[in-house]
Amino acid sequence: MFESLSDKLGGVFKRLSGKGKLTEEDVDEALREVRLALLEADVNFKVVKDFIGRVRERAIGTDVLESLTAAHQVIKIVRDELVITLGSGYQKIECAAQPPTVILIVGLQGSGKTTTSAKLALHLRRGGQRPLMVAADPYRPAAREQLVVLGKQLDIPVYSEGTTTLSICNNAMKRAGEIAASTVIIDTAGRLNIDEELMAELRELVKKLHPTEVLLVADAMTGQEAVSIAEEFNAASGLTGVILSKMDGDARGGAALSITSVTGVPIKFIGTGEKTDALEPFYPDRVATRILGMGDVLSFIDKVETASDEQKRQELERKIRRGTFDLEDFLEQLHEIRKMGPLSQLMELVPGMSALAKKLPQGADEKQMKKVEAIIFSMTPEERRNPEIIDGSRRRRIARGSGTTPQDVNQLLNQHKQVQKLMKRLGSGKKLAAMFGLR
Amino acid sequence: MLGFSRKTEQGVKRTREAWWGRVVNLFDRPDVGDELWEELEELLVSADVGVSTTARLIELLKVRVRKENIQEPDRIRNALKEEIVAILTVEGAEPFPLKNGGVCVILVVGVNGVGKTTSIAKLAHSLKAQGRSVMLAAGDTFRAAAIDQLKVWGERLKVPVIAHQPGGDPAAVVYDAVETAIKNADFVIADTAGRLHTKFNLMEELKKIKRVASKAGVEPQVLLVLDATTGQNGLSQARYFTEAVDVTGIFLAKLDSTAKGGIVLAICDELKIPILYIGTGQELEDLAPFSPGDFVEALFAAGS
Repeated sequence: MFESLSDKLGGVFKRLSGKGKLTEEDVDEALREVRLALLEADVNFKVVKDFIGRVRERAIGTDVLESLTAAHQVIKIVRDELVITLGSGYQKIECAAQPPTVILIVGLQGSGKTTTSAKLALHLRRGGQRPLMVAADPYRPAAREQLVVLGKQLDIPVYSEGTTTLSICNNAMKRAGEIAASTVIIDTAGRLNIDEELMAELRELVKKLHPTEVLLVADAMTGQEAVSIAEEFNAASGLTGVILSKMDGDARGGAALSITSVTGVPIKFIGTGEKTDALEPFYPDRVATRILGMGDVLSFIDKVETASDEQKRQELERKIRRGTFDLEDFLEQLHEIRKMGPLSQLMELVPGMSALAKKLPQGADEKQMKKVEAIIFSMTPEERRNPEIIDGSRRRRIARGSGTTPQDVNQLLNQHKQVQKLMKRLGSGKKLAAMFGLR
Repeated sequence: MLGFSRKTEQGVKRTREAWWGRVVNLFDRPDVGDELWEELEELLVSADVGVSTTARLIELLKVRVRKENIQEPDRIRNALKEEIVAILTVEGAEPFPLKNGGVCVILVVGVNGVGKTTSIAKLAHSLKAQGRSVMLAAGDTFRAAAIDQLKVWGERLKVPVIAHQPGGDPAAVVYDAVETAIKNADFVIADTAGRLHTKFNLMEELKKIKRVASKAGVEPQVLLVLDATTGQNGLSQARYFTEAVDVTGIFLAKLDSTAKGGIVLAICDELKIPILYIGTGQELEDLAPFSPGDFVEALFAAGS
């Protein structure tokens, strides 16, 4: 879903990370590309402007440019700002202190409210709730029938009796009491954010029903208008969250960035398919990593490319693909990596390795590297190729030989195992193969 | 066709007031400078025109300013009008001509929630008003209650609806409808299930519907419904649907609901697919054949 954006950013940073030192002009050039990529991803114009401004200030205002790894710093700043813009962690559906919890589902026509209502009901029932779905759309032909059919499929009760939206809802609240429903999901009619009459109806609904959650269903394919839609619905009904629908297409989902940054309303779920179980929690950090994930891997590969020669690279790639990345390769890679810059920064560029990088004490990575080298040098060639044979007595010998402790040896062996696992995972994916030009 | 240009005006009312008015006012200044171009770029991009079409449009204008030695911003406004009309004028923009005596089959396609069914109702209503006989085919056998929704429209419009069971084969429905219509109707408008253009199997299904329908003896026209609030993904939709079933033209739905709608410029510019109709409001009558001239005039009417 975000692949096109990450491809684009990946391309930008690939060029950027080819250089050691960056000038102010370099940063500006990169940010121009980032700006275009974000605009083409339908991120709101103003949001992009602010975003680029923040990144530029951080990138140029500090002494980043003096650093040898400026490209990484810029990438990191872009990613950090993306996470900040997207929100702060997974937000659950709130429960009312006094059940039933009322959830109002609102949005434009065709954004996917009814399907999303059913998905949400299923999600809540799996979490132990007893949902009642309410078809509160007296306008669109066959809107009620649609929810009734979905309710039947999921075996979740649906209420739809009444002539006006409010009367349907009031009747439904009575029914919820009778059947002891713990959650009432109200699927409202699609309405235009500029339709004053229907927006007034929405205001009235919120006033009368006191919903715990008012969720806006927004189409991931929405363009620049996303911001005004979110703002106007927010003003009328006090949104508590957004569900981004149709994220399984190739929409770049810029609307996600726009909505959260302008309204501050968190995105709670994303819809990822037509089936009723295709609803996933929205994790801002994950999505931001997803936006930049490819870019990071690309720049890592780029580093490997520039630092090691073609032949060695092909050999490494073969090993990654076979999953036979032994300690000798590990050592060789460490040597290569040392040519590239501080270890912790490099590790941070590889998805899944950032946790490892954090374990390294600040400024100690060079020392750590020497230690790792000493440990591997104290092993026999057989042990390096086949670390499984290292038992307690071998471990003690290696520790003595390298002036370390058996715990250090253990730690290294574990790290290697993790890297190997990661390499296997990467190697099995098409993406890595594609990156090496091996489609 | 009295009143179409007025409907167009109504359809772009919001666009004009909220956004286009700013473009128009942009030229109410004494001289041409970098600032003007920057602001124009900003306005076009934030109207979903897209980065590359915006760049092309501005480049065209700059060339004209140089060549024709234009000094007054007001004349650039006119040049902009002309260039936009030129982009929007795509060959083959004839709304479904009726071939002598034969039936015209219109396959209506698009992603989920763009407003296919409502657009079909509007189109059927408009054709009926022109004295044509219309038949509907309930080709969306997937979405819950989609068939019911079309049947309700059929009753309101007093046009026959050919339908099978939910979950049935959509190609068979459309085939049946075409076969029936050959003797009894001028137009068959076939609904299809909303599908994301990136879903391989669903696009294959669409190809099959078109293939099977043409076996009834008439090659179907394909009308792609686009939601006017869509951003740059609209390009992707138009591209994929055209690859799969060779889109004849576009129905731009919900134009009244957006202050932007600039994606049509990008689509006409990059893909050369004509816009055939626009949805200009929430009532059944709110449909107008697309006319680049009317459209641009309506946009520029306010501020000038």
